[in-house]
Amino acid sequence: MKIAVLVKQVPGSESPLNIDSSEKGLDESQVTYITNESDNYAIEEALQICDKGEEGEVVIISMGPERVQKAIREALAKGAHRAIHINTNSSASSDPLVTASALASIMKDEKFDLIFSGLQSDDLGFGQTGVVLGEMLEMSTATLAMSTEVVDGKIRVKRELESGYFQWVTMTLPASISVQSGCNTPRYPSLKGIMGAKKKEITEVQFDEIDTFQSVKRLYSPSNSKETVMIEGSTEDIVEKLVDVLKNQIKIA
Amino acid sequence: MDILIVLEDSSGKIHRLGLEAIVAAQSLANSQKLSVSSLVIGMNADDLSSEASQYNMDRVLKVKNDLVSSYSSDGYTEVVKQVIERESPKYIFFGHSYQVRDYVPKLSARLMKPFLADSVAFEVNEGLTVSTKQMYNAKLLSSTVPDCEPPYLISFQSAAFNSDNIILGSAQIEDYDISFDSSIIKTQSEEPFKESGEDLDLTSADLIVSVGRGIGKQENIPIAKDLAETIGADLSSSRPVVDSGWLPSVHQVGSSGQSVAPKMYLALGISGAIQHVVGMKGAKNIVAINKDPDAPIFEIADYGVVGDLLEIVPKLSEALR
Ligand SMILES: Cc1cc2nc3c(=O)[nH]c(=O)nc-3n(C[C@H](O)[C@H](O)[C@H](O)COP(=O)(O)OP(=O)(O)OC[C@H]3O[C@@H](n4cnc5c(N)ncnc54)[C@H](O)[C@@H]3O)c2cc1C
Ligand SMILES: Nc1ncnc2c1ncn2[C@@H]1O[C@H](COP(=O)(O)O)[C@@H](O)[C@H]1O
Repeated sequence: MKIAVLVKQVPGSESPLNIDSSEKGLDESQVTYITNESDNYAIEEALQICDKGEEGEVVIISMGPERVQKAIREALAKGAHRAIHINTNSSASSDPLVTASALASIMKDEKFDLIFSGLQSDDLGFGQTGVVLGEMLEMSTATLAMSTEVVDGKIRVKRELESGYFQWVTMTLPASISVQSGCNTPRYPSLKGIMGAKKKEITEVQFDEIDTFQSVKRLYSPSNSKETVMIEGSTEDIVEKLVDVLKNQIKIA
Repeated sequence: MDILIVLEDSSGKIHRLGLEAIVAAQSLANSQKLSVSSLVIGMNADDLSSEASQYNMDRVLKVKNDLVSSYSSDGYTEVVKQVIERESPKYIFFGHSYQVRDYVPKLSARLMKPFLADSVAFEVNEGLTVSTKQMYNAKLLSSTVPDCEPPYLISFQSAAFNSDNIILGSAQIEDYDISFDSSIIKTQSEEPFKESGEDLDLTSADLIVSVGRGIGKQENIPIAKDLAETIGADLSSSRPVVDSGWLPSVHQVGSSGQSVAPKMYLALGISGAIQHVVGMKGAKNIVAINKDPDAPIFEIADYGVVGDLLEIVPKLSEALR
């Protein structure tokens, strides 16, 4: 079983997000980056298939500038076997068709049986890349995976539906599956894993840019339309005012 | 045909996000003098088409092929693609439902046309199409434009348009023939089911204390629990708290959890992502404690505290006891 995992590096939830002078992207010098949340679940899902005795290889694939090698090393330290880094400057892709085309062009000869991706990136949030890539590589696709099992050369996927429902679907391989957060318990890298990761191979490739199909014209902060009463002061003041709001404004009791 | 709305089946009725997409289409059609049609697919297509025909639009296309009597991403992609190729709409509208997340990216790849997903606003101005989209977990907004010729695929976030504004009318229903080979469907689906287990009904709760990832770790959950018990509130949470195993999934509020409408929703360390907000925005009073002054939760909060919940909440419980 040859498995690819798409890993994107995104700003951490506590990172400052300052819009740059072009008003189309972020001032990256201020940003602290982490691995996209649902991608950690995608990595774990792939590693578990190999742990279960499926002979296999887990290949991490990430597209972005130099900095994404940190996310790649972290995934290798968890147990992935090797990685491909598609080197771009960061503004290159705010278009899922472009990102997926780049991924497809370097992945098509690898003949992966499975691709795992996150359901949605926490920065641009298209929620499309894994499916678009799967389609470009003529694979079966499924989204919102909560559980997977490989049986008889097919993959069974438990998908999350709306209103608390789930559904099992069975698909032929090769397949590209985007996973929902919470589908497993992602492992942490071990010390041995971290040491071992240093020796693992990261292949760096460039890609030829293609024309975009959609692009961000402007990035801006939302304006707050609702009147929010802000409660301020020392902790004691805040507690006192909150008690008053709860008891006398909202009348909780 | 200018605008095609693809309507989704929700147990024999039009999915509520579909009704909102109709409003989006009607308002664009009105400002730009465009024609609107809709497409219904599957075993409930008869019911859906008669419901759709009561709204102001030109045509309702009804596809009842056996291969798409129930949903599959391959089947739906093929049907919508064929309709687009035959009818050449400029804009194809969807509600941003789970089903749309699942197959519309595939359609986008097959057509090599952009999918402007999860739009919160949409306008066409002097020929320029602009979708407004939340980015960075709703902390920023973007104006996104297509860079190629139409058609454009556009989906709308829940509540981007208000279905109360739907315009009634009467539309022509047409049986629409689509054929394709069954071999293109690569997935086999089983019956949808609900997970059995512990039950907790938060929908009628009067007071709710809700914890987000900002609580930091499982060992801190009692801080929130204690406050909830002190004021007689139920305890709920955001998804990451459940994903991390800090609380059982029955506590989850949001698009994949419960929808609640209490008198007070006290959000502790919850950023206010749309998938959470859809489940609690109906609360009468929203109180938020968050250490980030720019957290999107403050955009919907009635009362806000910028501060450390770990410091404030224990003292608040103490003061209320
Ligand atoms: C298809 C889909 C379905 C989803 N369904 C749901 C759903 O049903 N419910 C749901 O909740 N989410 C859902 N999500 C996830 C959602 O997008 C968000 O990721 C999630 O709601 C974020 O949870 P959070 O606010 O707890 O965490 P974060 O976004 O990480 O926010 C944590 C907040 O805590 C604050 N904080 C940190 N420390 C402190 C402190 N000491 N004191 C005060 N504040 C602090 C931070 O400033 C931050 O704002 C879904 C996502 C997808 C794609
Ligand atoms: N630049 C990238 N490099 C690697 N994987 C990516 C990249 N962009 C998106 N992905 C993958 O696609 C998923 C969905 O991203 P998106 O379509 O942007 O919401 C992410 O969770 C990643 O798994």
